[in-house]
Amino acid sequence: MSADQGDGGGRQPALGEPTDLSPGPTPLPRPDGRPGLPVDPALVTGRAPEHDPERIPELHEVDCPPDLRERIEELMSRYPDRHSASIPALWEVQRRYGWCTPDGVRQAAAVMRVTPAYLESVASFYDLLRTEPFGNHSVLVCTNISCWMRGGDELLGAFCEAAGCDAAQAAHGGASSADGEMFVSGFECLGACDLAPMASVDERYFGPLTGEDAATIVGQLRAGEEVLPERSLARRPLAGGPDGEPDPRVKDAKGPNR
Amino acid sequence: MTQETRLLLRHADEPGLHRLEVYKRLGGYQAQERAYRDLEPDEILKELEDSGLRGRGGAGFSMGKKASFLPRGEMAKYLCCNADESEPGAFKDRELMQKNPHQLIEGIAIAALAAGAQHAFIFIRGEYDLQGDILDAAVAEAYEAGYLGENVLGSRCNLELVVHRGAGAYICGEETALLDALEGKRGNPRLKPPFPAVQGLYGGPTLINNVETLSNVPHIVANGAEWFKGFGTEQSPGTKVVSVSGCVQRPGNYEVELGIPTRDLICGLAGGPPDGREVKAFYPGGSSAPVLTSDDLDVPYSFEAMAEAGSMLGSGSIIVADDSVSIAQMALRTARFYHHESCGKCTPCREGTNWTVKMLERVVRGEATPMDLDIVASVQENIIGHCLCVLGDSMAMPVGSMVQKFRPEFEELLASTGPVLDEVSRIGAVVGAPETLGAST
Repeated sequence: MSADQGDGGGRQPALGEPTDLSPGPTPLPRPDGRPGLPVDPALVTGRAPEHDPERIPELHEVDCPPDLRERIEELMSRYPDRHSASIPALWEVQRRYGWCTPDGVRQAAAVMRVTPAYLESVASFYDLLRTEPFGNHSVLVCTNISCWMRGGDELLGAFCEAAGCDAAQAAHGGASSADGEMFVSGFECLGACDLAPMASVDERYFGPLTGEDAATIVGQLRAGEEVLPERSLARRPLAGGPDGEPDPRVKDAKGPNR
Repeated sequence: MTQETRLLLRHADEPGLHRLEVYKRLGGYQAQERAYRDLEPDEILKELEDSGLRGRGGAGFSMGKKASFLPRGEMAKYLCCNADESEPGAFKDRELMQKNPHQLIEGIAIAALAAGAQHAFIFIRGEYDLQGDILDAAVAEAYEAGYLGENVLGSRCNLELVVHRGAGAYICGEETALLDALEGKRGNPRLKPPFPAVQGLYGGPTLINNVETLSNVPHIVANGAEWFKGFGTEQSPGTKVVSVSGCVQRPGNYEVELGIPTRDLICGLAGGPPDGREVKAFYPGGSSAPVLTSDDLDVPYSFEAMAEAGSMLGSGSIIVADDSVSIAQMALRTARFYHHESCGKCTPCREGTNWTVKMLERVVRGEATPMDLDIVASVQENIIGHCLCVLGDSMAMPVGSMVQKFRPEFEELLASTGPVLDEVSRIGAVVGAPETLGAST
C-alpha cells in the first residue's frame, strides 16, 4: 500500500516536520473506502500517528438529537460509574441509526464524555454491535453444535436463498441483501438448542424451522407482517409438559411456586 | 417413566407468572419479606452455606461459602447475577428468566441482603432480548411494590437493581470479563487473585452468581437448609434444571433431582435418539465438558459422579450425538466456537484455538497425517491451565477427549485418500424433520 493512501492523497509530512495538530472535525475515512468506523491510516501503513490523541467531542460539535442525549444521560445515571453505560448507549445509537455510525458514536461519546475511540473499541468487541451498515431486518441463524446436528447449516442456506444474500459471506460474519432490507448471518450458540434448528429474527427467537419456514419468514418480513407466531419461543411451553403430581416435599413447602 | 421434580420450574406455564400479582398469589416474595423483617444477614448466610447449594453456572462452588468471602463492614458492595448464558447447549437460564423473573429478583434481593450489597446487576446476554424485556418489566413492578429501591419493605436496607444487556460475547460469562463488560469495557478476563469477592466491580467486593443459583435462594430461605438437602445427593443437594439437546426426540429443559441416572434424562425425559439410532457420545455439562460415551449413560447426574467419570456437570447442559454424527466434525464445530469467542488476551488460547481449528479442518478434509492428531492432542495439553480464564481449557477438554476416545474414527479419516467430508456438512443427514423432533406438543 502506498504511503499516500488514506489521507486524501496529500503529501506525508516527514518525521519531525510540524503538522497541523488539531484533530479534524470529521473522522478519518476508512482506507479501503468502505463505510464504517474510521481507521487511522497509521494503523495500516505502520507510520507514527499523524494526529494528537483524540479529544472528547463537545456537544455543540456533534448535533446530538435531544432525546438521544436524554436517553444516554438516563442510562448513565443508573450506574455508579458513567462508563458502564457504554454498551447500553451503543445499543441506543444502533437502534436509532441502524448501526453504530461514526456520527452516532461521536454523539454518544460527547454525551458520555469519553473519546469516540473508546466507544469504538467497545463496539468492535461485541458481535451484536455493528460497525458497518447492515440490513433493516436481521436474521441470525445458529450454526453451533446442537443446531448443526439438526440442520442449522441447511437453514442458513435456505435463509440466504430466500433473502438473496451471499451464503459464503453469511457464514462468515453476515451478508446483506442487495436492497438493504435483509441481513442474514450464521451465529454462535444463541441459547435455544431446544428449538434447533432456530433463528433469531429481529431479536425474537423462532424454531424449530424448516427451509420452507425460512422462505415464509423472509416473505413476512418484507411484507411487514408478524413472523410465524406458532414457532415463536414466547409461546413455547415446557418440554416436559404440564406439571405432574407434585412431590410431597414440594407440595408441603413454603415460598415461591406453591 | 422418569418424573421431573419441579421446584424452580413448577407452575412455569401458569399464565401470567411473569407478573408480580400472579407470582405473589403462588407464594412469591414471602421469603424476602421474612428475610428483610426477621433475619440477620449472618443467619441467611449460614442457611445458604448449610444448604450446600452449589453454583449452577459451571464451577459448582458452594454459593454460601462464596458469599461469606465478602468482607464485612460498611463499604460499597455489589451483587452481579450472571445471566450471560452463552455456553453451547445451555438454555436453562433463558427459561427461568422468561417464565419466572420474580423468582430470580426475590433471590437477588435476599442474596444482596446477606452479602450486604446495595447495588445489584443482572448481566443478561444481548441476544436474550425477549427475556431482557420481561426482566425490565418485572424489575419495574418490584420497585413499585417496594421489594427493590430505598428502604426495601420498610427496612433500613436499600437495593438498586439494574438489568444490563450485553452485546454478544461468550467470554462475558466468565466472571471477571463480565465485570469488565459491566464497567463499560471490552470483556477481557482479569488476573485472579484478587478474586471478585474481595475486589470486583468498581474495585468493590462483589458476589457473582448464576441465575439458577439465585433462583434457588428464596426456596432455601423459606424452607431451611435441611429441607433443601432432602433433594439430590449429599454432595450435590437440590434440583437441577437440565437442558437436553442435540439428537434427542424431545429437547428441552427438565428439572430433576441431582443424582438420577443420566440415562433417565437422555433416554427417559428427552426421549432418546430418533428411532433406529443410538447414543454415541454426549457432553454432560455443556460444550466445555469432556465428552462421555454410551458406556457412561448410567453415571449419576451429579457434580461428584461426573467429575469421577472424567467430565463435569458444568452448567447442566447435555448435548447428545447419535451414531450418525461424525465426531471429527463435532470436534471442529466445538473448536470453531471457542476460536471465534476467544478474546485474544492470552496467547495459548488465542493461538491454540486457531491452530486446533486449522488442524481439525485438515483432518475432516482428509488432508492430515497421523502426526497431526498427536499435535492436536499436545496443543490441548499446552492450553490447559496456562491462561487467565478457562475459555481455552473449555475447548481443550472436549476436543482432547474426543481425539482420545474416538481416535479410530479420526484415523479412518486420515487413511482415506481424498476429501472425505465437505467442510460444512456432516456424515449423518438431518436427524429428522423438525416437526417430529422439536415440537413439545
